[in-house]
Amino acid sequence: MKIVAICGAGVGTSAILKVNAERALARLDIDADVTAADLASVQVAAADAQVILTSPEFVEAIGRTNADVIVVQNYFDVDELQQKLEAALG
Amino acid sequence: MLDLPDSAVLLKQQAADWRASVLLAGAALEASGAVTAEYGPRMVGMVEEFGAYIVIAPGLALAHARPGDDVLRAGMAVVTLDEPVLFGHPYNDPVSVILGLAVLTADEHVTGIAELANVFNETAVIERLANATSADEVRAVFGLSAQAESAE
Repeated sequence: MKIVAICGAGVGTSAILKVNAERALARLDIDADVTAADLASVQVAAADAQVILTSPEFVEAIGRTNADVIVVQNYFDVDELQQKLEAALG
Repeated sequence: MLDLPDSAVLLKQQAADWRASVLLAGAALEASGAVTAEYGPRMVGMVEEFGAYIVIAPGLALAHARPGDDVLRAGMAVVTLDEPVLFGHPYNDPVSVILGLAVLTADEHVTGIAELANVFNETAVIERLANATSADEVRAVFGLSAQAESAE
């Protein structure tokens, strides 16, 4: 399974999202490949992704996608990520 | 973990708005020798282009820009505000702690960020930073030893 974390430049906040999403997935015992990408490359990076993790600012810009788009409020809250990932993947 | 010299820590600052707060983070990074004066405005530009997404947790903004010629070496800065400012984020406003980050390459950024994530997974950390009254206190939050030397 592929999960993509999206942010503006692909060099900052998406990395935090990636690290904490991996923690949440480990708790859920779900095996997935999590990558960080910038908004500009979302259509390529997320083409075969099951889930896109992102901020509320980017939902509209991500546009049409087959992936579940999960909006994350607190990037450091592994509990929030775990809940939302479980709802999307469970 | 990136080092955090005294020059990169500005506590209980006054900022009129989010732009001013991000520019303070730029000034702190410049004072520590990590970036030139052009970097702060480029961090502001990221928010102008993409919105308040850098406000990644309640009360905390992670100001940064892409690597560029204005980055002299990787660096981190911490700014806390006397009065929190609004970034226009739907969940995490108002902001009282701004982390400034500068990196030379995207890969390096990912490693440093992972270490930051470890620190901030403890929820009380933002509050501790907001209330810190010395650079040593801020370094302690990040698990850095007191009197850390600049990488100069």
